[in-house]
Amino acid sequence: MDQVTERALQVAIQRGASYADARTVRRMDERITIRTGRVAGAARREDEGFGVRVLVDGAWGFASSSHLTTAEAERVAVTAVRIARASARTLRRRVELDDQPPQRGRFETPVAEDPFAVPLETKVGDLLAVDEAMRRAAPLAFTEATYRADSSWTTFTSTEGTDVAQAMTHTGSAIEANAVDGDEHQRRSYPEEGGLRAGGYEAVRALDLPAHAPVMAEEAVALLSAPQCPPGRRTIVLDPTQLYLQIHESCGHPTELDRVFGTEASYAGTSFLTTDRLAEGFRYGSELVDIVADATAPGGLGTFGWDDEGVPAQSVPLVRGGIFVGYLSSRETAPRIGRRSGGAMRADGWNRIPLIRMTNINLLPRPGMTLEEIIADTDDGLYLVSNRSWSIDDRRLNFQFATEKAYEIRHGRLGRLLKNPTYTGITPEFWRSCDAVADERSYRMLGTPTCGKGEPVQDAHVGHGCSGARFRDVQVGVGRW
Amino acid sequence: MTGEERLRIAERLLALAEREGASDAEVVVLETDAALTRFANSEVHQNVAETGTIASLRFVDGRRSGVASSGRLDDDGLRRLAEDAARVARVQPEADEPAALPEPGPVSRPAGAWSEATAGATPEQRADGVAAVIAAADAAGVVAFGSFSTSTDGLAVASTRGIRVEQSTTQARLVAICMADEEGSGYGEALAVDIAEIDAAAVGAEAARRAARSRRPATMAPGTYPVVLEPYAVADVLEWVGTLGFSALAVEEGRSFFEPGRRIASGLVSAWDDASDPAGTPSAFDFEGVGRQRVPLIDGGLCAGLVHDAATAARAGRRSTGHGFLAPNPYGPAPINLFMAPGETDPAALLSGLDRGLLVTRLNYTNAVHPKRAIVTGMTRDGTFLVEHGEIVRPVRNLRFTQSYLDALAAVEAVGRERRRLAAEWATCVVPGLRISAWDFTGTTGD
Repeated sequence: MDQVTERALQVAIQRGASYADARTVRRMDERITIRTGRVAGAARREDEGFGVRVLVDGAWGFASSSHLTTAEAERVAVTAVRIARASARTLRRRVELDDQPPQRGRFETPVAEDPFAVPLETKVGDLLAVDEAMRRAAPLAFTEATYRADSSWTTFTSTEGTDVAQAMTHTGSAIEANAVDGDEHQRRSYPEEGGLRAGGYEAVRALDLPAHAPVMAEEAVALLSAPQCPPGRRTIVLDPTQLYLQIHESCGHPTELDRVFGTEASYAGTSFLTTDRLAEGFRYGSELVDIVADATAPGGLGTFGWDDEGVPAQSVPLVRGGIFVGYLSSRETAPRIGRRSGGAMRADGWNRIPLIRMTNINLLPRPGMTLEEIIADTDDGLYLVSNRSWSIDDRRLNFQFATEKAYEIRHGRLGRLLKNPTYTGITPEFWRSCDAVADERSYRMLGTPTCGKGEPVQDAHVGHGCSGARFRDVQVGVGRW
Repeated sequence: MTGEERLRIAERLLALAEREGASDAEVVVLETDAALTRFANSEVHQNVAETGTIASLRFVDGRRSGVASSGRLDDDGLRRLAEDAARVARVQPEADEPAALPEPGPVSRPAGAWSEATAGATPEQRADGVAAVIAAADAAGVVAFGSFSTSTDGLAVASTRGIRVEQSTTQARLVAICMADEEGSGYGEALAVDIAEIDAAAVGAEAARRAARSRRPATMAPGTYPVVLEPYAVADVLEWVGTLGFSALAVEEGRSFFEPGRRIASGLVSAWDDASDPAGTPSAFDFEGVGRQRVPLIDGGLCAGLVHDAATAARAGRRSTGHGFLAPNPYGPAPINLFMAPGETDPAALLSGLDRGLLVTRLNYTNAVHPKRAIVTGMTRDGTFLVEHGEIVRPVRNLRFTQSYLDALAAVEAVGRERRRLAAEWATCVVPGLRISAWDFTGTTGD
């Protein structure tokens, strides 16, 4: 424990807090964006500060500062206590935390090649080369190649004796080809959402962007003249590049227990997975559907040692054999359903209070068929690849997704390329229609670094492992085209 | 920190950049002091405050530029920041065009950007506001959720071209969602520069009234219906249209629907961006230190103008309109102080002109399905009602729509006389309600 956090905790207790914790966070990131052959952005950013969370009279208070001095620690602790007392004025239910043993230790993301040690000119040069490769391969309106590395060093200490430190590194790169003809604008991108992975520059090398650059360019142009995806009820096979976001929106968010209790109602919404549905063994999906929140999964963007309440990383079943069995939870919310925290409290930096966030929400593979074998097993359907847009209602029931491309499946073979594919459904109806999940040979760990939640909005890095899956009788081709 | 102190930090950093050999440099110092109280189930559950300052340096060396930023503002921190920015710049290949740092220009300080009351707001004041919302909810027999936030933002920009500008702005926002049993839900919001202008009891009463009225919603079959959009929903439409179409970079890249003089909306629709109007949330200059100009976007239904930052302006051979963001910004300028012209229709007459259609309070989780045609999908939320012969006859369950926002603006039949100041996702929007003859609903929510 350093002097700043030690002083903050001392002052919080002296001022009447029954519990307090303090986090120091130092973050460093590097981002490069190439836009149509031009270095549109190259930046390094550093940021550090601390946040103090206190419980006073059964209510939470939180304050933070970027000035790491003991005098500021005192001011921030006093402010947090004052804020908690103001919160207590409308309190109807006192906060009670579950019992957790004190934790001590250190966690570090395994990194083979420090991304900040790789020369910037190498990274810029590599991006310019893949950007040029896209533009050489096909007539494009504009292109983008991005690189990003995020590192953070965090300490967490609490008045209950927990004192842990973590160092995390996420690195990624991605490309995007855009073709325009009249009112038609088509995009192809690889991999998903900036391609961020847990680890160092080795993750960028593994993506092999040069091999994908001409493919993305040619497909973007081909989509301009592809037929429109027709409306109808169809069998669809989702590639992991779309399935990961389906899991995110329709399983990850509705299993956040704070949403269930209404504390996100004013912004993101609530959840259809109410606690009575946990008790009744609600059928969320078909018996093939096993979904876990696994903060221990290797390589996931949601992998850590402890959450931001000092609870150890763990794997929590959310859906088992299609039955809804668990939530993402915190020390405050878990006891309200008779459980202990599943370790899902995460904060976006020193100046944000931790919220229940996804870790790695993974659809487990089922032995049997690869994704290619599922396609071969499909007589008539659509194969949907790479998310393009997403939307879901405030209870996480009615969703609609668009993908960058679709292929017809006829008698087990991929056929015509289709543009502007969309599909829509109701979450449990959709997951109950799942009749095939690909096996571990097709399993990939993907994720997003831009999961937004809370006020002020916090971004979280969350992982999604999946292998591809098939769904029957789904409405596709939504809207007037 | 005062504006002068922020400028002094900027000057120190500029000097360090010049010592590192910068041919040009730009410094932005951004200070935030923000607090937020969230409430749910009619009690406060989250109460936070943050104080932070960050300095960002755009370092230019001939045709190369790089950016570094840091929250460390001591001598060592600033020196390291200058070194980092220089390193980032110098590893790059030379660009075809020189880095576009703007020259100094006129910056007028708009009235009504700052409120002492908001800057001095206390947790107790926010708790009092929340208590007023909860009281309104209790009185209506519904439950209150929401947030009450206040913020003070200090911004200073200095550059080797001679730009020296600083400003301080404040903002206060109260959001209330009330929920009633049997699926009732209602919304209310107030946005102001001065916290004293926020009538928490009125915001709470608006949300509570809507929640009570939306109990036991019927399921409506998807289809194309005429609609009246409350200002909350119109803010979403205007923000998407502004973002997708009126950025000069979007036009450069061919992803915008914008063509000068093209008709994209009914003749009843005019919209513009104006950061000088105290009816919005005023701001004197952008993150490049350029004075924010009023830019007409839609004039009588026709495409009228684009917003520029320094980079798009340089390529177009003109001056920036003051719509730049913090460098590096690969995604270009955007209008974030949006206004739609009021019409002549009384808010009640918007509804009375609807023979059979839907009254929509809010649009939720909207996303562009086809950006160039401004096709957007999303859900209605917090109060959707069936209207027959100009009267609300029953609440209906939330519906999904997949709708070209351009087609919607082209189908505007009537524009409300009264406008609301609202915070959309990124922009402040001052907008009226609209009556639209056709809106495509493509699904309904489940149980």
